[in-house]
Amino acid sequence: MELIRLTNVKKTYKTGVTAIQDLNLSINKGEFVFIIGSTGCGKSTLIKMLYREEKPTSGQIIVGGVDVGKLRNRKVYKVRRKIGVVFQDFKLLPKSTVYENVAFALEIFGVPKDEIHAKVLKVLELVGLKHKVKSYPSQLSGGEQQRVAIARAIVNGPKLLICDEPTGNLDPNTSMEIMRVLEEINKLGTTIIMVTHSIDIVKELNKRVIVLDSGRVVKDYAEGTYR
Amino acid sequence: MRTFRIIGRNIRDAFKGVFRNFSLSLASISCITITLIVVAVSFVLSYNVDNFTNLVEKDVTIVAFLDNELTDEQIDEIRDQISVINDVDKYEFTSKTEITRDMMDSSEIFESVMKNWTEDENPIQNTFQIKVTDINVIDDVASEVKQIDGITLVKYGEGMVEQLISAFDIVHKICIVSVIALILVTAFLISNTIKITINSRQREISIMRLIGASNLNIRIPFIIEGLILGALGSIIPIIVTIYGYNTIYTNFNGQLLSPFIKLIEPTPFVYMISLILLGIGVLVGMFGSWRAVRKHLKI
Ligand SMILES: Nc1ncnc2c1ncn2[C@@H]1O[C@H](COP(=O)(O)OP(=O)(O)O)[C@@H](O)[C@H]1O
Ligand SMILES: [Mg+2]
Repeated sequence: MELIRLTNVKKTYKTGVTAIQDLNLSINKGEFVFIIGSTGCGKSTLIKMLYREEKPTSGQIIVGGVDVGKLRNRKVYKVRRKIGVVFQDFKLLPKSTVYENVAFALEIFGVPKDEIHAKVLKVLELVGLKHKVKSYPSQLSGGEQQRVAIARAIVNGPKLLICDEPTGNLDPNTSMEIMRVLEEINKLGTTIIMVTHSIDIVKELNKRVIVLDSGRVVKDYAEGTYR
Repeated sequence: MRTFRIIGRNIRDAFKGVFRNFSLSLASISCITITLIVVAVSFVLSYNVDNFTNLVEKDVTIVAFLDNELTDEQIDEIRDQISVINDVDKYEFTSKTEITRDMMDSSEIFESVMKNWTEDENPIQNTFQIKVTDINVIDDVASEVKQIDGITLVKYGEGMVEQLISAFDIVHKICIVSVIALILVTAFLISNTIKITINSRQREISIMRLIGASNLNIRIPFIIEGLILGALGSIIPIIVTIYGYNTIYTNFNGQLLSPFIKLIEPTPFVYMISLILLGIGVLVGMFGSWRAVRKHLKI
């Protein structure tokens, strides 16, 4: 079943830079997709358009049946609730504990306290941080902080998890740990799109790999074919 | 239930915001406090002036004395002239005979003197009693009446009462102007306070957006923060109004300078004013934060 479809997508920034062009792409539910390519080739722009941080200049982007390119600003939150996003810099609240950082994603929607408690502990267990609920981000390693960010991104049960270089700040061993967590989440049914620079990770996981160059898809390796 | 939990969370966040920038919040609260005290003074004054203007107006009458040589036709002509003057509410003719009789009825001394007067000797004059629609224009009406041929003398009121009323009127106008100015300054200050809260929470806000918080989700805590600032700012003015007015009322025995000028009873008057103050505080607070939110929380 198709989750994402991009048709003839083009993105030109106000500065005149064309970051994405002639882009056609389809991603199915439950897939794990890597997006790779050199710096500035348009990887971040591509995924920003998926969660409607940016709008395409032309072309159509369908995510979960919604034409996100046509979505009005004040309706954007509706797709965002179905998508989890993880960044290189974690984006945690420094003055809140691990528990509070994850619970935050449920609190703003008025989820009952005991439901929050159960869900937060469940995802923290999934990312292997149940023993650190009371710690503050500054007391955690980079890998641990990223796991908190992942926990926060999935606690609402999104259909799609988007990761922009989630291991960019982490050493190879820690990166591999994060990848195990993401694999686990993918096995539980969440579609994952991950931008990365690390060829080691891509080779290790053996998933579908999309290669971008100058805003175009230049290669699309099916699962298990990237060497 | 879900909505209640969201509101509860928003109120908690809003209070956090108030204390996060405590010095700025305090400045906003002080500004609201000052504004609302002026508002309170202005309301107390204007309600009281209204109240005793109504009381006094009933008693303030222009009395126009007529030349005794006038014929009935000439008196009718004067009546017509009075009737067309602006702001004349009611007018009534009282003949010298009626007045003489009333005076003789009212006192034996008058009677003993006046009963011997012949029609020609009687110095009492025919009069018109004129009431005006608005006490503030009594001077104008009186001078117009004076212009009419055949009217020898015009007398009205006690003088002091009218002066007092116009003095209060000026104070009241000054109050209105300063309240408007103060409300603008306050709204601006609150708007700035909220702007700073917004900036200090940019990170949280951007995360909220990513997670899928709606505009309302993001904006409401700031609106509530403005509301709280307004409500906190109305506390001192309300206390001042309740205790201050009660004290004034007891010290002056419920009247000002003369028994003519009755003050409004403190209860429920002060509570009504308190409600108005709270309402204005809350509205100004919400307006200020709404401005900041609109300007700085765009998507
Ligand atoms: N907000 C922006 N405004 C203008 N140009 C941008 C913006 N974001 C990215 N770009 C440009 O678009 C191109 C693609 O950027 P990006 O998508 O961030 O690449 P990548 O993530 O692959 O490194 C680059 O040339 C970059 O300078
Ligand atoms: Mg990038």
